[in-house]
Amino acid sequence: MTRAQPEYAVLTRGLTKRFDNFTAVDDVDLAVRPREIFGFLGANGAGKTTTIRVLCGLLVPSAGEAWVDGLPISSSADQVKRRIGYMSQRFSLYMDLTIGENLEFYGGVYGLSAPEITERGTAVAEQLGLSAFRDRLPSDLPPGYRQRLALGCSVLHQPRILFLDEPTGGVDPVARRTFWDLIYDLSEGGATVFVTTHYMDEAEYCGRVSIMDRGRIVALGSPQELKRSHGAVSMQDVFLKVVQP
Amino acid sequence: MNYASPSVRLAHLHKAYGKTVAVEELSLEILPGEIFGLIGPDGAGKTTVMRIVAALTLPDGGQAEVMGHDVATHPMRVKEHIGYMPQRFSLYPDLTVAENLRFFADLYKVPTAERIVREQRLMQFSRLGPFRKRRAAQLSGGMKQKLALACTLMHTPEVLILDEPTTGVDPLSRQEFWAILRELAASGQALLVSTPYMDEALLCHRVALMHNGRVLTAGQPHDIPAHFKHRLLEIVAGDVPRARKRLLTCGPAGIQVSRFGDRLHVVYGTADQERQIRSCLAEESAEIFTVPPSIEDTFVTLMHEGSSR
Repeated sequence: MTRAQPEYAVLTRGLTKRFDNFTAVDDVDLAVRPREIFGFLGANGAGKTTTIRVLCGLLVPSAGEAWVDGLPISSSADQVKRRIGYMSQRFSLYMDLTIGENLEFYGGVYGLSAPEITERGTAVAEQLGLSAFRDRLPSDLPPGYRQRLALGCSVLHQPRILFLDEPTGGVDPVARRTFWDLIYDLSEGGATVFVTTHYMDEAEYCGRVSIMDRGRIVALGSPQELKRSHGAVSMQDVFLKVVQP
Repeated sequence: MNYASPSVRLAHLHKAYGKTVAVEELSLEILPGEIFGLIGPDGAGKTTVMRIVAALTLPDGGQAEVMGHDVATHPMRVKEHIGYMPQRFSLYPDLTVAENLRFFADLYKVPTAERIVREQRLMQFSRLGPFRKRRAAQLSGGMKQKLALACTLMHTPEVLILDEPTTGVDPLSRQEFWAILRELAASGQALLVSTPYMDEALLCHRVALMHNGRVLTAGQPHDIPAHFKHRLLEIVAGDVPRARKRLLTCGPAGIQVSRFGDRLHVVYGTADQERQIRSCLAEESAEIFTVPPSIEDTFVTLMHEGSSR
């Protein structure tokens, strides 16, 4: 059942993923509305990346179901892949291709036509402040720019839902601010953003967040609601209260 | 009062790679028991400073001493007193979590009794206990980082150098990790740490903001915001994107507007600019407050000025 605008950009019911005896994702229910900036927080090893990989159609769930842009991933993984953008923790750029060539390559991977690749490549490079560096190699640029290029590659095909797995890890505060301006632009342009981070100040920038611990969702709400309900002054404080030591 | 001699002493340090100047005229001292933080954007020269202190890179000019030993003339002496965790720490991917820890304990010749106590403490901080038997190759990025940290902390040299140790590490483990650093400092170790997290900068005894190989400012973290030479407004608006667009069109030139979730931060200079900002937002249902700058605000504006110079 495909609709133009589904009620939820991401919906999961009882989503579970096991590896042998280890339950990485344990009975997770999530409902993310279109255009939300949803912060997906949690401890290391809590199951965040596994959940994202299931939602991107890269892993098959052991139980439960997930709908992405209204499509069930169990039967429509290929269609889901075309509607999402995914920027992984260790984003993969081709270091021996220039910025422009990386954009062209990913445009091809996402099935854009040649004129679309030129048009979108130019628009994305412009939006991300990369136009002046199109002929440079990623290795000549600071990490903040490489990370913007990785974001650019994941939005070339104008995905409706963007999964960003720790996109700002190890990046300095100036580059992080620039990156969040881009996230806001994409959200205002109509995209749903599903983002993980270990920076609790970034958690405050999200419309709603969930906190995952040992495969389960242990907190869900807007940063304001979570701070109020846990009697906490900051998201850092909320995190430390809900994640079991 | 007892003035301890510094554990690390850097004087007029200079290092260039070809035409690229990595470190320029850098001087600083780290005392025993002190956590010294290096903060700055990528390419600021933080890693080069750390490699010089670790006697891995020779300076082109100036002097670097660790526990009284010159890194240029006595690098092996220096290495006896330091522990160094580079940004890309090598774990043995085929060894399990427990085996990696044991391997590094052997390497550092940690006595058995001490090793048992320390391993327990490190397992507690890292929460890697349930993953003891997992091979390092199969850990998530953050867990690998925590294991690398645990391996580095198996021994307790006089000077510990940690290059962005907590990147990718979750807030709970970061808190516990910093508690360990505090304990180490209290027992007299000197620590040189770089971090992109501003909340961690606040946990250092002293910090230096680095940019283009130079120290922009240094001091106790709570004193850094005094270097903020602008004014800061916080704007809480019902429609934040609209308020931001409006400010960018009708606000005064030369202001910086950043969005932080349900609010905007505006950096400006003059009372006249503030009037323009307020009148520009008159039709928005916006609440406007004057707020004190954070260490991050200070860092960001100092960097902008440093780049445009």
